Amino acid sequence: MPCNMESMNYTFTEAEKAEIQRHIEKYPDRRSAVMPALWIAQEKFGWLSNDAIRLVAETIDIPYAHVYGVASFYTMYFKEEVPPHLLEVCTCFTCGEIGGEEMLAYAREYLEADEKGRSKDGLFWTRSAECLGACDTGPVCQITNRRYVHRLTKEKVREVIEALRAGKEIPYEPIPLNDQSILDD
Amino acid sequence: MENWRSYQKVILPDIPGLHKIETYEREGGYEMLRKVLTDSKWGPKEVINEVKAANIRGRGGAGFNAGLKWSFMPPKQEGVPRYLACNGDESEPGTIKDRRIFEYNPHLFIEGALIACYAMEMDAAYVYIRGEYADWIDMMQRAIDEAYSKGYIGKNIMGTGHNIEMYVHKGAGAYICGEETSLMESLEGKRPYPRSKPPFPAQYGLWGKPTTINNIETLACVPLVMRHGADWFKNTGAANHPGPVLYGISGHVNRPGVYEYPTGMLITDLIYKVAGGIRNGKKLKAVVPGGSSVPILTAEQIEGITMDADSLRTVGTFMGTGGMCVLDEDTDIVKFLLRIAEFYDHESCGQCTPCREGTGWFVKVLRSIYEGRGEMKDLDLLLELCDTMEGRTVCALADAAAWPVRNTIQRFRADFEAKIARSGVYSVA
Ligand SMILES: Cc1cc2nc3c(=O)[nH]c(=O)nc-3n(C[C@H](O)[C@H](O)[C@H](O)COP(=O)(O)O)c2cc1C
Ligand code: SF4
Ligand code: FES
Repeated sequence: MPCNMESMNYTFTEAEKAEIQRHIEKYPDRRSAVMPALWIAQEKFGWLSNDAIRLVAETIDIPYAHVYGVASFYTMYFKEEVPPHLLEVCTCFTCGEIGGEEMLAYAREYLEADEKGRSKDGLFWTRSAECLGACDTGPVCQITNRRYVHRLTKEKVREVIEALRAGKEIPYEPIPLNDQSILDD
Repeated sequence: MENWRSYQKVILPDIPGLHKIETYEREGGYEMLRKVLTDSKWGPKEVINEVKAANIRGRGGAGFNAGLKWSFMPPKQEGVPRYLACNGDESEPGTIKDRRIFEYNPHLFIEGALIACYAMEMDAAYVYIRGEYADWIDMMQRAIDEAYSKGYIGKNIMGTGHNIEMYVHKGAGAYICGEETSLMESLEGKRPYPRSKPPFPAQYGLWGKPTTINNIETLACVPLVMRHGADWFKNTGAANHPGPVLYGISGHVNRPGVYEYPTGMLITDLIYKVAGGIRNGKKLKAVVPGGSSVPILTAEQIEGITMDADSLRTVGTFMGTGGMCVLDEDTDIVKFLLRIAEFYDHESCGQCTPCREGTGWFVKVLRSIYEGRGEMKDLDLLLELCDTMEGRTVCALADAAAWPVRNTIQRFRADFEAKIARSGVYSVA
């Protein structure tokens, strides 16, 4: 394997290696640690370059091609270098009927996104999401593989984008259990 | 069935802080685990029989009796590990219930999974949760850590000599991983292509070892059965499809949400009395009763129909995941179906030709109808495509993709024909 300057940067810290080792021990076969290790690599490097995938393969001690095959299957693993903030707006099933597409279009307009959905300032990218499992509080959007923003409106889209621009974290938005009072007419 | 009005919630009761282990214990939590582990009356077989008698029909979509599935596990062989796979992939569009369990009553599920492991003499439970639920994965991990520290999970549970481990596995965005054998491949760290069956998971499951897979809500019902008895469960809700259930109601209603009631509720009660009726005073057009793959119902069809397998079968549909999408009179059914088709096209793993090609063709043909380029013969083409897919593939995703197409065309044919008729006008212009 060529050892150029770039791949030299691709290493895990001792703590990260220990964390991967803990994952390996959860399963009877070390191959099972590939998904958790890919998550750790993506958290660290922002996306899964060939070097990151190779590092995961070496750390778990399984073939590169195998790790690549897994990484390339899943939509949440990024296979190209991406802007820091991802807005994934659900346009699926229910959200598609209650304004999801309008919210995605608005986010792209507000961000002056190009045809790939990337913002002019290079800080954001947008994708249309499949059902996020929050149809009752839709239209819903997920921020960079974590926070959900529920009941999107144009104002909320703007607020979220501006908060991210200002370097703020999007807080967890609790959704209480539903009120089960019965409505009779 | 009017007694639903006085129903007391048991899966998601309104008890503040129930997600914390101290609160859960105060409410009698983990007592059923203690009971089965310590009371000689409750051997593994007896627990399986009780769960079987309760008839918990799997809440993951297929509605199979959980206890009966458990009884398919082969006799325990010394030295051969066995596993429970807990399905929290929750990716069927319209399905929004397991997430509430992770957040509001994680220990009920954990206790159920542990009782299942005891009954099937398993060594470990793997909890597979869709990657998008990152925040809820953290909540589950916290709950599992609490249960470990209290000695309910791990080595020598409550001093009884029983050992059961429990691990969370985070998905990474693939609907197919909810299919039971795909989930196992994913857990094994492979590309998650579904396996052909047989062999079934009870014979050849995770890492080739005997395995049972259940949905999160199914497992959450288990401590309730042990606490209140199989008879209580069986006598709650519909006779052949009993128990409490989480109805996830979304779409054009005033109060969308997750509501816990017995099975067998009238669909009309759920829409008008529970979810507050159709928003903006509109009329109802259609209901998809249990997730995107179950056949859609027209407004006329839902009259008198209740949410259980027998009643839903009379109108050619299923309970599925209990995730109900309600659509008002302004809904463009062609567009709605096109978006469902796009979902299945995106999520097909591509392993089987009829599924890979068929889901792609659905999108192409439906888009051309939606965009005003359709012809009448396209409707026949779509139905023929369904024939080539149903029952002809490794897993049921192809069926799940074909059912909505077939049934929506059959039940809303006029909507498709109207689009096609208009497309003639446009193409002349
Ligand atoms: C394409 C496909 C996706 C599925 N997704 C899920 C899912 O997200 N969650 C789930 O519990 N079951 C899902 N299932 C059903 C599982 O294969 C399996 O039947 C279920 O987890 C068994 O649990 P139960 O008997 O407790 O319902 C899916 C099935 C198919 C064919
Ligand atoms: S039916 Fe579709 S999703 Fe299922 S294994 Fe075949 S190609 Fe994959
Ligand atoms: S359809 Fe958008 S969250 Fe389910």
